[in-house]
Amino acid sequence: MLDLTWLLIAVPLASSAFLLLGGKRLDPWGHWVGVAASGTAFLVGLVALIQMLGLDSHDRAHAVHLFSWIPGGELNLDAGLLVDPLSMTFVMLVTFVGTLIHLYSVAYMEHDPSRRRFFAYLNLFVAAMLLLVLADSYLLLFVGWEGVGLASYLLIGFWNHKPEYATAANKAFVVNRIGDMGLIIAMGLMFTYFGALDFDSVFAAAEGASTAQLTAIGLALLVAACGKSAQFPLQSWLGDAMAGPTPVSALIHAATMVTAGVYLIVRSAPIYEGAPAAQTTVAAIGAFTLILGALIGMAKDDIKKALAASTMSQIGYMVLAAGLGPIGYAFAIFHLVTHGFFKAGMFLGAGSVMHGMNDQVDMRRFGALRTAMVTTWVTFGLGWLAILGVPPFSGFWSKDKIIEAAFVGEGAQPWILGGAALIGAGLTAFYMSRLFFMTFHGKARWTDDQHPHESPALMTVPMIILAVGSAFLGLFLAMGDRFTMWLEPVTGHAEHHEPVLPVAVIMIATLALVALGVWAAWRKYGVADVPELAPAASLATIAARNDMFQDSVNRGVFERPGTHLTRTLVYADAALVDSAVDKTAGGWARTGESVRKTQNGQVRSYALTMLVGLVIVILVVVQGGL
Amino acid sequence: MDPINFVILASVLFAIGAAAVLLRRNAIIAFMGVELMLNAANLALVAFSRIHGEIDGQIMAFFVLVVAAAEVVVGLAIIIAVFRARQTISLDEPAELKG
Amino acid sequence: MVNPVLFWIIAAITVIPALSLLFARKAVHVAMSIVLVMVGLATAYVTLGAPFLGMVQIVVYTGAVMMLFLFVLMLVGVDQREDLKETIVGQRWIGLFTAAGLGAFLVSIVGRVTIAVSDAPVEGEPDVVAVLLFDKYVLVIEVLGFLLITAAVGALVLTHTPRLRPRRTQLEVQRDRVRVGADPVNKPMPGVYARHNALDVPALDPEGQPIDHSVSRVLKIRNQTQDGAEFRAQLEDPSRKEGDR
Repeated sequence: MLDLTWLLIAVPLASSAFLLLGGKRLDPWGHWVGVAASGTAFLVGLVALIQMLGLDSHDRAHAVHLFSWIPGGELNLDAGLLVDPLSMTFVMLVTFVGTLIHLYSVAYMEHDPSRRRFFAYLNLFVAAMLLLVLADSYLLLFVGWEGVGLASYLLIGFWNHKPEYATAANKAFVVNRIGDMGLIIAMGLMFTYFGALDFDSVFAAAEGASTAQLTAIGLALLVAACGKSAQFPLQSWLGDAMAGPTPVSALIHAATMVTAGVYLIVRSAPIYEGAPAAQTTVAAIGAFTLILGALIGMAKDDIKKALAASTMSQIGYMVLAAGLGPIGYAFAIFHLVTHGFFKAGMFLGAGSVMHGMNDQVDMRRFGALRTAMVTTWVTFGLGWLAILGVPPFSGFWSKDKIIEAAFVGEGAQPWILGGAALIGAGLTAFYMSRLFFMTFHGKARWTDDQHPHESPALMTVPMIILAVGSAFLGLFLAMGDRFTMWLEPVTGHAEHHEPVLPVAVIMIATLALVALGVWAAWRKYGVADVPELAPAASLATIAARNDMFQDSVNRGVFERPGTHLTRTLVYADAALVDSAVDKTAGGWARTGESVRKTQNGQVRSYALTMLVGLVIVILVVVQGGL
Repeated sequence: MDPINFVILASVLFAIGAAAVLLRRNAIIAFMGVELMLNAANLALVAFSRIHGEIDGQIMAFFVLVVAAAEVVVGLAIIIAVFRARQTISLDEPAELKG
Repeated sequence: MVNPVLFWIIAAITVIPALSLLFARKAVHVAMSIVLVMVGLATAYVTLGAPFLGMVQIVVYTGAVMMLFLFVLMLVGVDQREDLKETIVGQRWIGLFTAAGLGAFLVSIVGRVTIAVSDAPVEGEPDVVAVLLFDKYVLVIEVLGFLLITAAVGALVLTHTPRLRPRRTQLEVQRDRVRVGADPVNKPMPGVYARHNALDVPALDPEGQPIDHSVSRVLKIRNQTQDGAEFRAQLEDPSRKEGDR
């Protein structure tokens, strides 16, 4: 079965092509094809997983050779799949959550005229994401990387008849290009230094490479990861990406695609092993982003944007863990999986709320929905408990470990990283509780035309399944270090290090901060009245509401100088290159003009020229030959 | 007398024909210059035939004659067509070949 | 070998008339001179042992080609006189120089050549030529046949003037005349039906009225016409009254 893993990619891809090419006649039932394709991929993945579990842990990496892709000269590259515990984890996450979201979308997109196109894009995304995680070389990974970027672009701009949505899609695409540039540069460096792009050769060569080389590659890969995972400074696209339909936000912009950067870093572990500077940068970026995301999340009133900020922050945790080295890799992936469940579940819950509230996204117009939408309230609540890290829910098992790991190290580093992770936990508790209380508790602040109602079963069932996952998956995987052992063949065995603070202290501090955050949120948004319009606020709040002025900063730091630079270049081009070309051309034109005068149109002149030529030819022949 | 003298005569006639083509503006006269050049070439061919004792040179001359006849037919037809269009047969008049 | 006297005679009747190409003003004179050149060349062919070619030369060139030239000259007008003044700057002198240079050049080269003349003079009798033409060169003859047909068709096409509109019938001519208000019939001669049959008396129409424009315009200008009313037909018509018209 492991050799048939190519089906994982082929089935959704074929389904996507079928749906896109099939035309309107597929409209009545096309979405079920999409669901079936995703489900098939899940089943294939499940069988492969079971088969893999039956193998010894060191036999679990399985290479699938597909075909010779780039056979030429110095670069010989085969297209192949690498099926190992890490990629298998992603396969399960993507196909399972993906299938649930497919199901959910059948109901959510029911009234959309282009539902078939939506499912085609979703299938395309699943195929590309699986190609990304299954690829056995950076180049094939890049194909998947671009594929998910394309699918993300198409789905953010799915309602592209609204100009701002189309702009959001463009923004995501452009910012992702910067990250893609990083990946391309990284591949170029690998090819220059190692002459190879497949994982095996690159990692083998990385053992003997210099620190400077590995640092350069590592930083380039970090740029790529930042672009795809919305880490600072390339985070600006994620909030706007919420323009897409909510299932898209759940699948692509919360559970799977945005975690591709974490996957890339964990997969490239052998490179980061030899580049401590790059590794520290990764951790620093992660720590910074988790605080930044949390701060933004505290001020957002748009439920989806608040969740997006939370996603950014949670991925910050994962990147931080990935930057800690072997002790963090497994926890990064662990948190990625649990986050995939609870965040997807919460997004679906948000979608359910919007479904019942006429697509209202402003939390200030929600409130007291717990009675109207019980299922949504419970499932969302489980996700909320999970993200808070309350034991024994999933988030506790993964996030707490990350915070612990962040405190491991020497010098100031553990105090900074660990402190950031710890504060982040408290901030997370505050903004997620704020979101939860504003939406489901307090007084009803609905507009007159809103009549909240529970969503159909097709939507609630996936939410329930994800909520169950949010609740118990962490416990299940953490028991006996199951998940860490499972990933050990890929991430390597981590030596146990003691944190600078006792584990118990860290855990109690975390839980205390979480409790403090929840209490503060309850006081302000659960008990007190929430104004229906955002009140005037401090400078810090305004900054957070505006995403820390990220767009203005980008405009001032990159766009303006860039514009001036291009203008200067255009001017220089016109003044130097163009004029040189023009002058040369003008010179030839004048030469032609003077030669043209010999073409006076007189037949006899031409005859004369011919005769003169004849005489010259005879002269040459006679002088030379006779 | 050596038959090579006829070749010299042919050269002179050829030069006269060429001069006529260059100097005369009347298309018909210029055309007659062309005919004279062709005939000069024929004379040379026949003279060579005599010098070498081979009859093939005459055959060549015969072929040239036929081709020249065909050329005259087409050439004169062109001159008539041009005359119909422009009411003149001056070679300087149609200057559309100007660059 | 060739008789030198004969050669010089041939040279004289070819080169001197040929010079008319350069100096004669009238195209007809040039054409007639070229006829003489062709006869001289035919003579040369016969002298060089090509009697058949000589005959063909006379028939084709003097008989057909040059006559064709004369026809065309007639067609475009014999008096298409050519201004011998040169219009292109330098054309005359450069042309003359080049042509003369070419001639001098060829003559000097040929003059230096010595080739042993064959002892067995060829005789291009018709039967000999015919055997060669239709045996060794039969393919060339066929191709030349194609060429001649093509040339003939080409000449037809080039001189053909297509009819751009349908031929006007007599009926249409007549209708057009009526439409523009002209007389339906020919203009009558002066004096027709009038009492005097003279140039200065206008003709009378069927109603007996004088037709003024039947008298020459010149006579009117000279005031030499008679008053038409005077010669009006005296018709007996009770219905007509004076001043009726």
